[in-house]
Parts: sequence; structure tokens; C-alpha cells
Amino acid sequence: MNPRMMFATTRRVLEQLRHDHRSVALIMVVPALLLTGVYYLFENETLPPGFPRTFDRVGLMMLAIFPFVVMFLVTSITMLRERTSGTLERLLTTPIHKADLLFGYALAFSIMAALQSLVATAVAYWIFNLDIKGGPGYVVMIAVINAVLGVALGLLCSAFARTEFQAVQFMPVVVIPQILLCGLFVARDHMNSLLESISNVLPLTFSVDALQQIADNTEATQAMWQDAGIMAAIVVGVLALASFTLRRRTS
Amino acid sequence: MSHSPAGSPAPGMSPAPPAVKAEGLHVTRGHKKILRGLDFAIEPGRITGLLGPSGSGKTTLMRCIVGVQRLTAGSVEVLGRPAGAPSLRHDVGYVTQAPSVYTDLSVEANVRYFGAMHGVTAADTAEAIAAVGLESLARRKTADLSGGEFSRVSLACALVSHPELLVLDEPTVGLDPVLRAELWERFAALAEAGTTLLVSSHVMEEASHCSSLLLLRDGLLLAQLSPAGLSERGHSNDLEQAFLHFIQETTATSKHRSTNESQVAS
Repeated sequence: MNPRMMFATTRRVLEQLRHDHRSVALIMVVPALLLTGVYYLFENETLPPGFPRTFDRVGLMMLAIFPFVVMFLVTSITMLRERTSGTLERLLTTPIHKADLLFGYALAFSIMAALQSLVATAVAYWIFNLDIKGGPGYVVMIAVINAVLGVALGLLCSAFARTEFQAVQFMPVVVIPQILLCGLFVARDHMNSLLESISNVLPLTFSVDALQQIADNTEATQAMWQDAGIMAAIVVGVLALASFTLRRRTS
Repeated sequence: MSHSPAGSPAPGMSPAPPAVKAEGLHVTRGHKKILRGLDFAIEPGRITGLLGPSGSGKTTLMRCIVGVQRLTAGSVEVLGRPAGAPSLRHDVGYVTQAPSVYTDLSVEANVRYFGAMHGVTAADTAEAIAAVGLESLARRKTADLSGGEFSRVSLACALVSHPELLVLDEPTVGLDPVLRAELWERFAALAEAGTTLLVSSHVMEEASHCSSLLLLRDGLLLAQLSPAGLSERGHSNDLEQAFLHFIQETTATSKHRSTNESQVAS
């Protein structure tokens, strides 16, 4: 690891994004807009007194899911371009360490994810009065961990795609099952045992669990930190797998 | 960064070790034999031209030298170390045929980024951009440049680290004659300063700028000679013609040899 090369990579990735105003706008604005949509979707629900709004549950989870999905897509396409344009091969002839490249990417996109989730969380809190017990800082933290997970999976999946078209097809394979099984649509203890056991090992499950901990408790709980820790471990594991797909020597 | 001046050795001293040395180099991709047993050495501080028709294995050979190609058999030594050794990553610069730069970054940002891998200064970045004549376009987005300018960005990204060995895959393709002449002057200046250059081309007239030529055809090394040597062996001052003659002669003799192999023992 060499911090200079890592930060140079982070700076380069952010600079690439900066030139792409439309993508930056989409990253920043779309989650907030979708959240608005979700709010109005449940606007007229009738609830027994004291029962939490659906928005408080679903909106909260979406705060963590957006950065995951967006960063997965952005990263897998960016990395695929890097592989197909020859810049990756060229980079790997320089002294850069694979870890510098991967962590440089992860850092750049987590900065974007932090900004994105700040906007989305601010909208949820101040405009739609998202009602949870825990602090918004923890929500942003989980969102950022999720974003890095998206980055790590995107880096890994880009190795298995030859075109941008194929890369996008990995979203239904990698991302959607996690969204279906994370507890957003059906509580996990209501799933059949097969689906529940799959859901038990999917990374997004841990972040939804962590968010529920934040929603239900004013203080950070042991369980939340445990979930965050497991997520971080998964991220490191996936990044390590991704590093095996970066080959300095090919046939 | 380390830049040993590799001029001609003083009289009495043993000649400088080769910058690149290949022995029995074979590369097979799938069932296709790309390189079929190459042996050669490249002198340091000179421009060596790698010439041959397209599909002859030039790019694969260059990839072997920069250490990104898996070898099937044989060995390649670069600056006294096995090709691809981690310590070589500071000393070898590679410019691929298709310019490999970030099209969504400015010229300056591209050169700065590749320079950062070698810890170079802002002055080095500016110098590399100036060396390819792109000072006035430094802040322009690479995607907005013309084809020739675009490939010069790629070259600047390699020059920025001051490599000891510079491997250039068809660097002059698509450039106008004026620029081409300028680049060859630049290469000559680099060689003068001790850099070893390996430049591939399929335009034979460019061979005259090189001090040594590697002629490649169908994955075999036809010959290693000087441009003057090529003129002589090909019976023409026009290097294109000389190369054609030379190829015709060598293929004729090899055919002749293979048909008579059973009869002629010598």
C-alpha cells in the first residue's frame, strides 16, 4: 500500500466524475426524489394510533439501499471501462499496488456516497420528518458502508463482463436478490426456511438489520456495531476477491 | 526515476549489457502460435525498430518485454532483470497502440495521474506535456482532442516517469508528417540522453530513424540488422522495397530448404 498512489487514484476518479455533471446530478438528486415518491405513496395510509408509519420503515431502508445500488452500477461501469480501454493494463505496468487502486476507488465512491446519503437523509429527516429513535449520523454511516459494499461488488463483477451492456445485467443477478430478501418486502422471520437461510448470508441483510437497530434504540446497540462490523468484513473480503481479478500478466 | 547514462562504453571496457535479451521466446494463444522462438538482444541507449506486417507478433513481443504477457516458453530479460519484475515498473514505460488514457480527464490530469505512480513533480508533468507539444491544450478534456493529439497524451503519460526503457507500439500512426518528424527527433534526443527505445511500426520508411531493426514475420525473427544492412540485403535504398525483397528471398530460401531437406544433407 502506498497512500500517495491511493489518493492519486481517488482524486483521479473524482475528477472523472466531476467532468460528468449529469452523473453527479443523478447521484445526488435521484435518491431524494425517489424518497419523496415513497413518502407520497404511503401518504394516505390509515394507521391505528401509535402504530409507526410505513415510510419510517421503508424510507429508512431505502436510505441504505440507494447508495448500494447506485455505487454498484457506477463502479462496475467505470471499472469495466478501465479494463477495456487499456488504462488498467497500463496502470498495472506502473508501480501501483492493486490495493492502492481498489482502495482508491472505494474511497472516491464512498465520498460520493456520503454526500448522496447526506442529501437523502436530510430530506427524510427535515422534509418528511422520518421518525426513528437513533441518530441520523448512524444512518449515514450504514449508508456509506453499503455504498462501499456496492463499490466492492461492482469492482468484482466488472471482471466477468466484457461489455457495458453485460455489466448492467449483473444488477438483477447481484443486487435485486439482496433487495428482495433483505427484509424490506417481507420480514425475514416470515420467510420460508430456504429463503431465510439465503437472506442470512447476504450482505444487505446486515445493513437492514443495523438500520432497524438504529430505528428502535436511541443509543447505538451492540447488535448494530456487530452488523456494521460484519459488513466491513464482507467488504474487505470482496475487495480481496476483486484484487485477484486484476492481473498484471495475461495470456 | 533512476536514469543511468548508457552511452557508448569507453574503449577497453566491456560493452554495456543489453537492455533487453530474449531467449527461445515462444507465445501461444489458444492454438495460435504468435511468437515462435525468438532470440535477440537490444542495445541500450539506442532506438531499435520493430518492423513487420500487421499480425506478425509485434504487439505480443512488446507485451512480453513490458511483462504483461504470459510466456509459453523461453525468457525475456529487461535491464538485467526478468521482464515484469516489480522493480522494473519504475524503469519501463509502455505506450500501447490504442491510446490508453482517461478520455474524461484533461491532458494534464492524465499525465499527473500516471506521474503520481512514480512520485514525479509538477515540473515533470509540465515537461512531459511540453515534450509532445500539447502545452496549449493541457487543460482540455482528452476526449475533445484530435486523433493525433490523443495519442500524444498517451505518450506523455509514459514520458513523465523518465523510463530507462521506452516501449512504443506504433506511436506515429495517424500523425501528420510534420508531427511524425518531430516525434522522431524527440526519440533521438531521448536515446541521446541514454534512454533505450523500442518502437514498432509497419511503415518501413520510419526504419531509417532507428539504429537497429528487428524484422518480424509470422512470429519469427527474420533478421536483426541496421537500416543500411537492410538496404544492402534487400538491394534497394527504398526500405519498403528492400523489406519486400528481403521477405521474398527469405521465404523462397526457406521453402527451397524445406523441399530439399531430405535430399541435401549439408
